[in-house]
Amino acid sequence: MAICSYLPDLLCKFPAIDETTIRMARKSVDEGFKGLVRSYVNAIDALVQPLQWFLNYLERLFVSSPWIVILAAMVAIVYYGSRNIRITFGTIVSMFAIGLVGLWNDTMITLAMVTVCTLIAILVGIPIGIVMARSERAQSIINPILDVMQTMPSFVYLIPVVMIFGIGKVPGLIAVVIYAVPPMIRLTNLGIRLVDKEVLEAADAFGSSPWQRLKNVQMPLALPTIMAGINQTIMMSLAMVVVASMVGVGGLGRNVLQAINNQFFTVGFFNGFALVAIAIIFDRTSQAYGKRLQKHSEVIHG
Amino acid sequence: MASHAIEVKNLYKIFGPRGGDFVDQVKAGMTKGELNEKHGHVLGLQDINISMPAGGVMVVMGLSGSGKSTLIRHINRLIDPTAGEVLYDGVDVCKMNETDLREFRRHKTAMVFQKFALLPHRTVIENTIYGLEIQGVPDAECRKRAQGWIERVGLKGFENHYPNQLSGGMQQRVGLARALTNDADILLMDEAYSALDPLIRVDMQTVLLDLQKELKKTVVFITHDLDEALRLGDKIAILRDGKVIQQGTGQDIVLKPADEYITAFVKEVNRGRVINVETIMRPLSGNPEGMPVVVGTVLESAARMMTLANQTIAHVVDANGKPVGSIDLGTIISAMVTPISHEKVAQAAE
Repeated sequence: MAICSYLPDLLCKFPAIDETTIRMARKSVDEGFKGLVRSYVNAIDALVQPLQWFLNYLERLFVSSPWIVILAAMVAIVYYGSRNIRITFGTIVSMFAIGLVGLWNDTMITLAMVTVCTLIAILVGIPIGIVMARSERAQSIINPILDVMQTMPSFVYLIPVVMIFGIGKVPGLIAVVIYAVPPMIRLTNLGIRLVDKEVLEAADAFGSSPWQRLKNVQMPLALPTIMAGINQTIMMSLAMVVVASMVGVGGLGRNVLQAINNQFFTVGFFNGFALVAIAIIFDRTSQAYGKRLQKHSEVIHG
Repeated sequence: MASHAIEVKNLYKIFGPRGGDFVDQVKAGMTKGELNEKHGHVLGLQDINISMPAGGVMVVMGLSGSGKSTLIRHINRLIDPTAGEVLYDGVDVCKMNETDLREFRRHKTAMVFQKFALLPHRTVIENTIYGLEIQGVPDAECRKRAQGWIERVGLKGFENHYPNQLSGGMQQRVGLARALTNDADILLMDEAYSALDPLIRVDMQTVLLDLQKELKKTVVFITHDLDEALRLGDKIAILRDGKVIQQGTGQDIVLKPADEYITAFVKEVNRGRVINVETIMRPLSGNPEGMPVVVGTVLESAARMMTLANQTIAHVVDANGKPVGSIDLGTIISAMVTPISHEKVAQAAE
């Protein structure tokens, strides 16, 4: 650069720390982390063991049950949730299409994975959301963490997850939950914060305890927003299942990964569409259910 | 259970992070404007002293920003005072700890809100039992007690409707039923009828007056409408800029307004519905003439009775039927149509 001939070297080429130092630092952090993991490996394994059992149990249940039983259960859930014939019919058609192209078992594995991920995300997300709604300080601490979780490329946090938990289903599960839990937390927080102040005041005026206030007023009134959070969580889990296949999660995601590696155009699209079909079924059902929860807010009398 | 009076003593409320620091300055005469300009704090209430009658309706009247809603929230301490006391049955509400306060709110007070503040996801009956439910009363018992009040406020048949399916007037009936079901001594009504249209408002006032005849609760009613205040209030306090500028019975306020501000208010009032016959009657001279009119009858009713009976003269009798004064149609009409200006009252007093 011409301009560099007039400038001192320091201002022209960024004064990076020299490579040996960086290498040393990197090495010691990595070694330290590995050492830490190695010394707690038994505790970590014991901690995630229940997840492993639960996931395996559900996966076996989904895969080994006759397809007609699974389909009947799905149709029942979809119909009960949405009370909508079109969505129910769409579910039957898409599940048939999935079965016909030979993806039934893979779909079941993915379904089991997404079910477990969503349940864990709800279990973890709602209490954190409640804490966040109750305290400004908690909100100011948790918000930036959520920002990091949502913007950090998902491949990056697969690295520590694999280092801690190794390769397999459970690390995949944890990665998916980390990726999918932020909307659950955010929307629980938002829902509670948006509850009408007057109604809260009324609850206080009648002498509600904090728990009664949460149970009778805040949670029910936040429920539509929380439902939107659950919907988002399901969608994000489905998206992340594909990425998680890189660390050993089976199902549709692994097929997609293989298709990418081998340029199997048709296989890739079949599996992709199977994921889309499941996503749409989940989405429409949970949205219709959320809408039905709000039935009381319909204004009939002007 | 007899209701007790509520005593509000030297109550101050200064909104802002360091409200407590300025109480002395306000006591020393700093005005609302000065406080806001110099320190950025808002003077909500200033030296409030009101004794609210047991078993009667106390109306606190004022325009928006006068501090009336702030005042009512001190009675069940939805707002904490900066200084002063709110005494109920000898106990200072402002000094209660959290548990006592919760018990006080559950058993001694019930509140009706301007915008109803009903739980939208609960039906009418589920809203009505809210107070009992959080006290831990069994569900069947709750519903039995609530049902009675729902019928009393005229909502029979709507038990399983959601609030959004009802009109404003009906929603406020739910609010009233919810407060009454609590069976508390104190009924706090924060502009409870202000959001209702005029006809329904009068209707709801009647509901309240009828219930009050029988229940004898200590009611604190907030309003910005003088007609409503005069119709409901056994005692009225008028608030302006966080200060009580006059308190007394409706007649006191209409006949002897304390200052120009109240005079201006009172000018538009239907005096025939406020002033009682004994206020303008002449002492008896000779035998009682014409028809009897009982003490406590307002001028409008007296005039109507006399006109219907085609009489121009009447005599006023006390509750036992003993004549105490005389009155004629001319006096009644002139008292109904002449507003007394502030100056005239002042002159008359001298």
